[in-house]
Amino acid sequence: MNRLLLGVALATIAAGAAYAAGPDLGAVQQSATNWPAIGMFLFFVLMTLGITYKAAMGTKSAADFYAAGGGISAGTNSLAIAGDYMSAASFLGISGLVYTSGFDGLIYSTGFLVGWPIVLFLIAERLRNLGKFTFADVASFRLDQTAIRIISAVGTLVVVAFYLIAQMVGAGKLIQLLFGLPYLYAVIIVGVLMIVYVAFGGMKATTWVQVIKACLLLGGATFMAGAVLYRYGFNPETLFAASVQVHPKGDAIMAPGGLVSNPVEAISLGVGLMFGTAGLPHILMRFFTVSDAQAARKSVFYATGLIGYFYILTFIIGFGGIALLMSDPSYFKLGAAGTFDKLKDMIGGTNMVAVNLANAVGGPYFLGFISAVAFATILAVVAGLTLAGASAISHDLYAQVIARGRTTEKHEVNLSKISAVVIGIVAIFLGYIFENQNVAFMVGLAFAVAASCNFPVLAMSILWRGTTTWGALAGGLVGLLAAVIMVVLSKAVWVTTLGNPAPLFPYDNPALFSMPLAFATIWVVSLMDRSRRAQRERAAFEAQFVRSETGIGASGAHAH
Amino acid sequence: MSGTTLDLRGRTAASATGNLGTDLDPQVERIARTPEFQQLVAERTRFGWTLTILMLVVYFGFIGLIAFDKSLLAVKVGGTASLGLFMGVFVILFAFALTGVYVARANTRFDALSAALKRSVAR
Repeated sequence: MNRLLLGVALATIAAGAAYAAGPDLGAVQQSATNWPAIGMFLFFVLMTLGITYKAAMGTKSAADFYAAGGGISAGTNSLAIAGDYMSAASFLGISGLVYTSGFDGLIYSTGFLVGWPIVLFLIAERLRNLGKFTFADVASFRLDQTAIRIISAVGTLVVVAFYLIAQMVGAGKLIQLLFGLPYLYAVIIVGVLMIVYVAFGGMKATTWVQVIKACLLLGGATFMAGAVLYRYGFNPETLFAASVQVHPKGDAIMAPGGLVSNPVEAISLGVGLMFGTAGLPHILMRFFTVSDAQAARKSVFYATGLIGYFYILTFIIGFGGIALLMSDPSYFKLGAAGTFDKLKDMIGGTNMVAVNLANAVGGPYFLGFISAVAFATILAVVAGLTLAGASAISHDLYAQVIARGRTTEKHEVNLSKISAVVIGIVAIFLGYIFENQNVAFMVGLAFAVAASCNFPVLAMSILWRGTTTWGALAGGLVGLLAAVIMVVLSKAVWVTTLGNPAPLFPYDNPALFSMPLAFATIWVVSLMDRSRRAQRERAAFEAQFVRSETGIGASGAHAH
Repeated sequence: MSGTTLDLRGRTAASATGNLGTDLDPQVERIARTPEFQQLVAERTRFGWTLTILMLVVYFGFIGLIAFDKSLLAVKVGGTASLGLFMGVFVILFAFALTGVYVARANTRFDALSAALKRSVAR
């Protein structure tokens, strides 16, 4: 019997879904080798390797490598942005959360989405007008190259590292579960493929891998939600009524439940989700792959639509899981008397709701398809993260800080490729050593750091004339440290991982405190900064302002 | 002016990678003084912040209700579906619609103002 162990208790689901991007699948046993899924996944890999080969042929300059030569269209870019967002866990995690708690799943869906309008209204066009490859280009536009590049690169690498570990561990467990491959193989496959995509194909391959996966995932989710609605005469009301009847919590699933019981926690979570989005380095990079500010603007619009549509599908899939799976014992690990707990005993844990539902509505081949898509999703997301990390090392740290700009483009790109290889190997290693650790908090930490370090530094350097290097440096550092320390002292790490009796920081989500702290530090330190350099930096705001608003003088490196 | 007017240490790092295209210094003053630029910036800034505040109010209004008034969200509207469910879906649709409003305005009004500005600078 290849029954999967009861992996995810409700408590871990709540923590794991806390940022819903890193499935914490708990302890799992390897399942039977799933050949249809492996076959479809191999097909995906071959196709993406072909694209990588073509992209590698066309990738010559730094602009090709970091930004796909600026030749990505708004439509394609929107699919890539949406792809970066539709991680395996926002698919599996949110549908699982809807399955266990109903309405509460919407809290995460909305939180993930509402960062986008803010990015569009305040950041996207200015970012495209000012920058070239990384958000550090923008933050350091008029500030000191060395200091700002270092803090931006550190912020980027911390976000990438935690996000990557969570994804690697999630990938290993998911593949173990879906494909029946050993954990270590799974981690190595993911690591090697992401190295190949990034090191050879750069941004072009990374983007297309993401686009293909986004289309597959949207297609698969649409089919699944459609099949669920079809069973209920395309009337959501009938679906909800059927769900309420079989769910152990009954009618309570239609209202906010215990997931965010504390008002401060709810708001802090919202702040982290919303502004973390605006500070994720692998997503900010996508604004440099389009030709101009207009295309950047359009890609956010389309991406918001795609992501919103996807989350509505996820919601329907979660309810479909309740209505179609809960009364079918074949999806559960049965107890002695043939009894099972609908919320805890699902085979593979509640993160597998979407996967089990695929079997219920489309049979074993559709199950194989959805499994392959879930693997492809992880691959595409880790490739994007690796590229963001490699760019921070080569473009920000090496080219600007260590070589002080005295390097060639070719050298920088080569270093970036080497960085991608190193990041990939480190990721495999970390994925291996963190196999049996609880990594659910790591994605939350990545979002908190993005919201508390990257976003404040970026926003203040673009939007406020008074920002100086000292201010941005101090604020970024304070935000970074505050986010990390608060998470370490919170329940997820201090109690669950380190085994202390009580958390020193009472909330799971630090963003409500760490982000304002970063903004306040930037503001106060900048105001106190009376140095000559600060005066020059304030005076230089005018030129930055004109360019950020008009794009006049914006980098022509993209056209080639 | 050289390509590194604003490079604070006077090194040529920035121009080596073609990064800081800040050689528009003599132009900056001129552009910043044009009425087209001032109008564009004033309108777009006001519009951007208005929409931002709208989004924040709607989202944190929703989160606030979850935090402080769960029973309101549990109120039934038509059978099983609750008010909270409609509100959640509304937040998603509202976010999308708001980006649409911004893009529509940017594609027409702001792009026209930008084009006028570029013509005026080219003169």
